[in-house]
Amino acid sequence: MNFKLHVWRQKNAAAKGRMEQYEARDINADMSFLEMLDVVNEDLVEKGIDPIHFDHDCREGICGACSLVINGLPHGGMTGTTCEVRMRLFKDGSTIYVEPFRAKAFPVIKDLTVDRTSIDRVMQAGGFVSTHTGAAIDANAILVPKDKAEEAMDAAACIGCGACVAACKNASGMLFVAAKVSQLALLPQGQAERERRVNKMVAMMDIEGFGNCTNYYECEAVCPKDISVKFIAKMNREYMRALVK
Amino acid sequence: MSTVKTQVSPAQAQVTFIASSIGKKIFMATTGLFLFLFVSGHMVGNLQIFLGQDQLNTYAQALKDLPALIWPVRILMFIFFAVHIWRGIQLYFENKFSRPISYACNATVQAPLSSRTMIFSGAGILLYVVYHLLHFTFITTNPQYAGLHDTVGRHDVYSMVIFGYQNVAISVVYLVAMFSLCYHLSHAIPSFMQTIGLNNEKWEPRLKALGYLIAIVIFFGYSVIPAAVLSNLIVLPEGVH
Amino acid sequence: MKLDSKVPSGPLEQKWQKHQFEMKLVNPANKRKYSAIVVGTGLAGASAAASLAELGYEVKAFCFQDSSRRAHSIGAQGGINAAKNYQNDGDSVYRLFYDTIKGGDFRSREANTYRLAEVSNNIIDQCAAQGVPFAREYGGTLANRSFGGAQVSRTFYARGQTGQQLLLGAYSALMRQVGLGKVTMYPRTEMQDVVLIDGHAKGIVVRNMVTGEISSHAADAVVLATGGYGRVFYLSTMGLGCNVTAAYRAYKKGALFANPCFTQIHPTCIPHTGDYQCKLTLMSESLRNDGRIWVPKTKDEQRAPGQIPENERDYYLERKYPSFGNLAPRDISSRSAKEACDEGRGVGPSRYGVYLDFSDAINRLGKDVIEERYGNLFEMYELINDENPYEVPMRIYPASHYTMGGLWVDYNLMSNIPGLHVIGEANFSDHGANRLGASALMQGLADGYFVLPYTIGDYFAREGAKNISTERPEFREAEEAVAMRIKKLLDVGGKQTPDSFHKRLGLIMWEKAGMARNEKDLKEALQEIPALREEFWNDVNVLGSADEMNMNVERAARVADFLEFAEIFCLDALDREESCGAHFREEHQTDEGEAVRNDKKYAYVAAWEHKGVGQKPELHKEDLQFESVQLATRSYK
Ligand SMILES: Cc1cc2nc3c(=O)[nH]c(=O)nc-3n(C[C@H](O)[C@H](O)[C@H](O)COP(=O)(O)OP(=O)(O)OC[C@H]3O[C@@H](n4cnc5c(N)ncnc54)[C@H](O)[C@@H]3O)c2cc1C
Ligand code: HEM
Ligand code: SF4
Ligand code: FES
Repeated sequence: MNFKLHVWRQKNAAAKGRMEQYEARDINADMSFLEMLDVVNEDLVEKGIDPIHFDHDCREGICGACSLVINGLPHGGMTGTTCEVRMRLFKDGSTIYVEPFRAKAFPVIKDLTVDRTSIDRVMQAGGFVSTHTGAAIDANAILVPKDKAEEAMDAAACIGCGACVAACKNASGMLFVAAKVSQLALLPQGQAERERRVNKMVAMMDIEGFGNCTNYYECEAVCPKDISVKFIAKMNREYMRALVK
Repeated sequence: MSTVKTQVSPAQAQVTFIASSIGKKIFMATTGLFLFLFVSGHMVGNLQIFLGQDQLNTYAQALKDLPALIWPVRILMFIFFAVHIWRGIQLYFENKFSRPISYACNATVQAPLSSRTMIFSGAGILLYVVYHLLHFTFITTNPQYAGLHDTVGRHDVYSMVIFGYQNVAISVVYLVAMFSLCYHLSHAIPSFMQTIGLNNEKWEPRLKALGYLIAIVIFFGYSVIPAAVLSNLIVLPEGVH
Repeated sequence: MKLDSKVPSGPLEQKWQKHQFEMKLVNPANKRKYSAIVVGTGLAGASAAASLAELGYEVKAFCFQDSSRRAHSIGAQGGINAAKNYQNDGDSVYRLFYDTIKGGDFRSREANTYRLAEVSNNIIDQCAAQGVPFAREYGGTLANRSFGGAQVSRTFYARGQTGQQLLLGAYSALMRQVGLGKVTMYPRTEMQDVVLIDGHAKGIVVRNMVTGEISSHAADAVVLATGGYGRVFYLSTMGLGCNVTAAYRAYKKGALFANPCFTQIHPTCIPHTGDYQCKLTLMSESLRNDGRIWVPKTKDEQRAPGQIPENERDYYLERKYPSFGNLAPRDISSRSAKEACDEGRGVGPSRYGVYLDFSDAINRLGKDVIEERYGNLFEMYELINDENPYEVPMRIYPASHYTMGGLWVDYNLMSNIPGLHVIGEANFSDHGANRLGASALMQGLADGYFVLPYTIGDYFAREGAKNISTERPEFREAEEAVAMRIKKLLDVGGKQTPDSFHKRLGLIMWEKAGMARNEKDLKEALQEIPALREEFWNDVNVLGSADEMNMNVERAARVADFLEFAEIFCLDALDREESCGAHFREEHQTDEGEAVRNDKKYAYVAAWEHKGVGQKPELHKEDLQFESVQLATRSYK
């Protein structure tokens, strides 16, 4: 297969970037999107051109490092992450746009690499249970009904990739924050800090410059882990609950 | 990247309810709810036109005779409206700025156009509301309406409305405005439920359908009036012209 | 050099308790005067950094990913063991210990392994308290499954995302400490060297991967939690950034590298399909609970799997190991797959694959049950291979997965360099020659939550706070050396990409030091590796400059270390003239092809000391003493 690529190139955070055109030739249909870029990069290096920088690590859809917007949609808008997208899903000969995740809270560092430490800082504000090593009681002393555990797991599946932010027309971070708030609000272990947590995490999310949610649900549509927007509703509820408590 | 430090340490993060993103949304939702209730009530009131001149004018006079009710409601509605608009504009611009560089290639999966044009459908409503107030409430655009009185000497709202909508241009503007309103509501209703936290996977499609249903009811509820006037289903009382 | 394991005396069951009491404590008011550097934020590093900060020490944590949450631990799927005996099926600390040491073919240190089993229960409590959403029963208690051939149900899990959930638990504890200002986090920062002051590890030199800036950090102790070196095979199931650099640089500074040849090859990975691949995907081992593994009986079979009748299929694991069958341990299943393929009976386009067939299970249990158990794995398989495993049997093949070897540490998890602690997969300590499923997560968290926080305190209390400045010449020299090395890479100006060298190295290692090894192959590898290394330094093409984000530099520097490290790996494999665990020497097998261990000569830890690049490292032996267990022959027949 062959493709025409339009790729965002930007030397560093301060530089101005632009879209550049490259050819991807002799691509195997079984390749993942990142393997296709690897091939293009090997070729660029041989020609003495700086390869296209992008984040990646596990290459199997779990670490959340890979972060490309493919034809206008994070992770290509397909099931799973960029590293899971296979080239057979594209039409031979087609033109593909590759851009970085764009948001004020995710400044570009180089090419397709962005700084997502804002996600970590939101977690630092309250995405935890304040317990310390050694303080735990026997695990079976905390009973968690199966359905609650399952629902908490649905929320906990978030890999912190930030695709929700990249897809949102407002660059809002509600989905990943809601996922963490909901996970811990559903579990008995999270009750003690329930109000404090949602207040702190929402505050930090706002400070970091994520946009406001206007319920487009684009986040849910691209989320590789199928995090449901029902968790955003739940977070809104938690936030109001914290207000009156 | 050696620790990117923001000015605020995460452990100290604090934002007031009013300034927070969820708070802003809740303002939108609650003010929107009251606006919606008003719009619904207003529609029911207006529909009395089909019960005849006497009924409508009695209703209008009754409202007028209750300044203790009507003024607080007007003031409140004004405040809600103002807050809704102010927060709506604020959200719009903040959201624009949260993505300083836009994508070269844009795509949308499931956000309906109505959701992405709330500010424009809202602006349509606003423009119309201003005109509507000048037209029927303050009677500035057509001062001659002020002189209309029915046989018992009440302000003849019934005739005023019919005069108004006999003008095809005014009716068309009205229909466009009602479309804006219903377009706005089609997203606003499910969105409202989500904002106040009453949504889940099961209800999401139902709420969406409810949004369309209510929007359509409101659209027809309002639009039947000019339609009835233009198609001569409702005519001026005898002796008025 | 005499290797002192510092294993406390006394009965096995009481060693750790006794040791905990005997260790010195740091006065609570003085804790903040001590600082620790933790390199790596996987399960081991994140849990250690958070726990140390909770105790009051000042902590700096480093990782090369953009966030500490993305460490390779996130990829673990199956589960984590603990001796809770919640299922009342006869499990106990002793049984977990025994299974682990037997699984490791009696090449691990008894006391360490026992301690691992002992603290396993605390780990589950700790993680549950953090809100890790473990699978539950309807009554609300924790669910377990049996994993990797264990005879008891002791594996705790969170869907197929156990590593992720455990890591996010540790990450949340770490983030809490970062928010409180007790940990300073340095993501996108790669450790380049350890700095020794008066023989003690007191700091590190790092490269900022965004700006290229080289800088130093000093502390009272350095903890390496930098994971395994499975990428020495190039293709592996590990994250692409996984490397040997941190451990190898410590090795070059004098730390001993123990048992480097003990590497685990996991039997159930998706087969290799083309040269472009840089990573193999693991299919959870749990698939072997219901899938049956087979190859055609005849060579070069051309028929589609469905066309091959039952009597022409060879269910080789069931045939050779009737009692364990398809659940035979990883090393045995992997090797058997390789044998079948080497005989020409492999399947799939490359002929390096075996079938993992679910048709019997689907007939027996129904498609729904199979879908409920393995639905997302089947989906993943179909996405990658474009074949529907409900209809066509899966194809699997072994791949490099875990490294039991690592830096040598004593019972306190401290290397032979005082102050340099090594935890998690980066050390060698608990798994011997083979690791059982679901016990790496356990070890990482045991080290980080429940062992290191105690033992490091003992080191601090003995040494006192030193408050070392990075202005010292030792740091300047190390920084200069690091900068020089990067410059040297940039200056080669050759033609071939760093990755192409990595691929070639991987091929040598896989062919000659992979699942089965022999003297001839290893000797050849020991010829080829230095030659490849020389070619690398003459012809590698590293574009760009040192003072920017530069993936060429990052990769080249890691490959350069692998090219040196591979040599001690092969030397170790050559030295160990026995077959044990995952290390299979073809010269040492029975007529039936079973491994022959040599306890008389090789019941030791091989710890290698650096003597210069290209020079033969010196072997130090730590004899393994077994006080409590009988060295049995591992038989899974
Ligand atoms: C696909 C897969 C599935 C697995 N499934 C299971 C399972 O079900 N059960 C089980 O028990 N085990 C499993 N394992 C094994 C287990 O996941 C790992 O052994 C374990 O997570 C290792 O943890 P760690 O903390 O030691 O290292 P890692 O998680 O590898 O972390 C290494 C850390 O070190 C950092 N680092 C490395 N080098 C440097 C450097 N030079 N400078 C700065 N930072 C550096 C990295 O950034 C990272 O933060 C699995 C492994 C794989 C590959
Ligand atoms: C009668 C008139 C109006 C009614 C009944 C109404 C109702 C609503 C409701 C219920 C919402 C949903 C709030 C939520 O998502 O929680 C909403 C959203 C919105 N309204 Fe209105 N509105 C009206 C007029 C206006 C006007 C005049 C504007 C002009 C600026 C406006 C701008 C917006 C915007 C921008 C939103 C989207 C905000 C968001 O989704 O976050 N609206 N409206
Ligand atoms: S919610 Fe989904 S899209 Fe957003 S960060 Fe989590 S996994 Fe990624
Ligand atoms: S590289 Fe890990 S999710 Fe894509």
